[in-house]
Amino acid sequence: MNIIVCIKQVPGTNKVNVDPVTGTLIRDGVAAKMNPYDLYALEMGLRLKEKYGGTLKVLSMGPFSALEVIREAIYMGADGGILISDRKFGGADVLATSYTLCSGILAMGEFDLILTGKQTTDGDTAQVGSELAEHLKVPHAAYVRELELEGDRLRYVSNLDNKTVEATIKMPCLVCADGEVNTPRLPSFKRKMEYGNCDDLIKIITFDDIIDRDETHYGLKGSPTQVERIFEPDKTKEKVIIAEGDLAEETFKILKDRKYI
Amino acid sequence: MYKKIDDRDIEYLRSFIPEGRILVHDEISHDYAHDELGGIEVKPDVLIYVLSTEEVSKIMKYAYDNEIPIVARGSGTDLVGAAVALEGGIMICTKRMNHILELDETNLTITVEPGVLLMELQAYVEERDLFYPPDPGEKSATIGGNISTNAGGMRAVKYGVTRDYVRGLTVVLPDGSIQHLGGKVVKNSSGYDLKDLVIGSEGTLCVITEAILKLLPKPDFSVSMLLPFLTMEKAIEVVPEILKSKTSLTAIEYMSLDTIISAEEFLGKKFPDTNYAAYILLTFDGNNMAEIESEYTKVASLCIEKGAIDGYFVDTDERKKSVWNARGAFLEAIKASTDKMDECDVVVPKSRVADFIKYTHEVAEITGLRIPSFGHAGDGNLHIYLCKDNLEEETWQKKADTAFELLYARAREYGGMVSGEHGIGYAKKPYLVKQVGDRQIELMQSIKKVFDPKNILNPGKVC
Repeated sequence: MNIIVCIKQVPGTNKVNVDPVTGTLIRDGVAAKMNPYDLYALEMGLRLKEKYGGTLKVLSMGPFSALEVIREAIYMGADGGILISDRKFGGADVLATSYTLCSGILAMGEFDLILTGKQTTDGDTAQVGSELAEHLKVPHAAYVRELELEGDRLRYVSNLDNKTVEATIKMPCLVCADGEVNTPRLPSFKRKMEYGNCDDLIKIITFDDIIDRDETHYGLKGSPTQVERIFEPDKTKEKVIIAEGDLAEETFKILKDRKYI
Repeated sequence: MYKKIDDRDIEYLRSFIPEGRILVHDEISHDYAHDELGGIEVKPDVLIYVLSTEEVSKIMKYAYDNEIPIVARGSGTDLVGAAVALEGGIMICTKRMNHILELDETNLTITVEPGVLLMELQAYVEERDLFYPPDPGEKSATIGGNISTNAGGMRAVKYGVTRDYVRGLTVVLPDGSIQHLGGKVVKNSSGYDLKDLVIGSEGTLCVITEAILKLLPKPDFSVSMLLPFLTMEKAIEVVPEILKSKTSLTAIEYMSLDTIISAEEFLGKKFPDTNYAAYILLTFDGNNMAEIESEYTKVASLCIEKGAIDGYFVDTDERKKSVWNARGAFLEAIKASTDKMDECDVVVPKSRVADFIKYTHEVAEITGLRIPSFGHAGDGNLHIYLCKDNLEEETWQKKADTAFELLYARAREYGGMVSGEHGIGYAKKPYLVKQVGDRQIELMQSIKKVFDPKNILNPGKVC
């Protein structure tokens, strides 16, 4: 199975400052990390690869600093990675981002499965995965917590608001992993020593490498969304749904874990 | 003999403690009869949630005049019976004295009431880019409790223990007088250091009602590394090599797979790696990432050369959470894995850690008890648990006594001490005598007498 996992570099902490003049996120000088939701997708992909064989590559779009998260994915077990990077891709909204990712994937060649996280912790739109599937014209499943190979299809279990769905999907396809569906493995020091900067394992794709070179499809020019203002959202309280087990006992356990009682 | 609490005493206490903050006899929850380990259970006659130093002073003066035993208690997370009212009487609970009174950014100190929880203090200072380094596993313990046991924790390797971060204390003596010990000063050579005498005295000398704590600037970076090994022997044999490597590690913890699995079951969350029998968890921190990288490269390479399978990076908030949450739950997880347990918190010279851990395996074989352990390999403080696993009470007691005798004897032989951070309380008194001898116990008892001539404060503890 040939798997591509989409990953993104996001700010390393929740304390993100917004430039008061331009209204964009201040990324300079802020420690960065791999989007935590992508780690679940990556772990899901690595387990499939271990079980069924094949290759797993990661794909990221962003400035050269995003090479860091690609290297990290390789230290975790990915076979290689692609960075889509070009000034022309900058300032992209959801539509242009998913279209650029699609162009990158088409330039990479054949695939059986694309995996994405359910959302990023900076943009938080939770739409890029599904839109990417639409651009690629492949079927997709979202909020997936379990994924197994079954012939030329994948059997998946998906978390919907208050029910779960179990179904199969034909490959090639795209699957958005739900959050907290596994415990992602940790990057390996040995692999870091072995692959170093991973120069031979990472390919950089620029505007000149993609098939559709109509600039109005990319970056700011290809983004119909106009951002008026970015501001810090109100902090929302975490919601927990207890669907299984004794309600009282489960509630007690949560309160006890959080040291309220 | 102490005076038994009667209606007149209760009436007096109610005259200045409003309803809701004073409970008597059956109104008191059984939780206040024992500590976290539950080795001994005695209920106080009166439980008072105090709010101020003056209130504590008034209660203490009354207890002193009437010879009523009195015990101060925070979250009750101790493990040696230190917070149990062995003689009944009055228990004053400091949990509602939980205010952060002052953050002094010039002197880099924070002044707190004793009921502030460790996790609240850590969160408060870290939000402001400051750092309170002591990091005991039990984050819901109160600062008053941490000071009373001189709690240590994971970062002791580099930063030391609670004692190193207490600058000043406001205390109430058994006769009700209020004293200020130490202060915001950095240096102090002004006579006997009573503050340091109070730290670790487990509430037997006075009651702490305010503490001035020293803070550090928060390090910009902190990276942990989890190193798997095929056997526990291999893992612990690496520790002396790490200690000799001239790197400034923040923490060196060791853990076995069965303890990790207990924590997974307890928390309902998976650990990032469970493929190997033993793990060492290292932490590096500082303000220069390149320096940290060079340190972890040196240490990890050394460990791999000596038998580590790999080194896994624990570098983001999510990864730290997945590993350290499990580490923080080990005690409760082991407790949940058996019907009853007892603990041994010895500390040995760092050079003897590996030998001592191996010896716990021998003791497990000799006694037939399951003896899981984990702990601070980097500072020589081990947490060793004897599990009853449904043995008959009498058999269990006998086996546990044998195991403790063996473990403490070996610790003495290695130049170790009875307790690294949990204290002596009620449960470890016999072992302290054996450790320090009669003369030192006499000195301790004499000190106790000077502070508390009527022996009303936390009687039956320490010495």
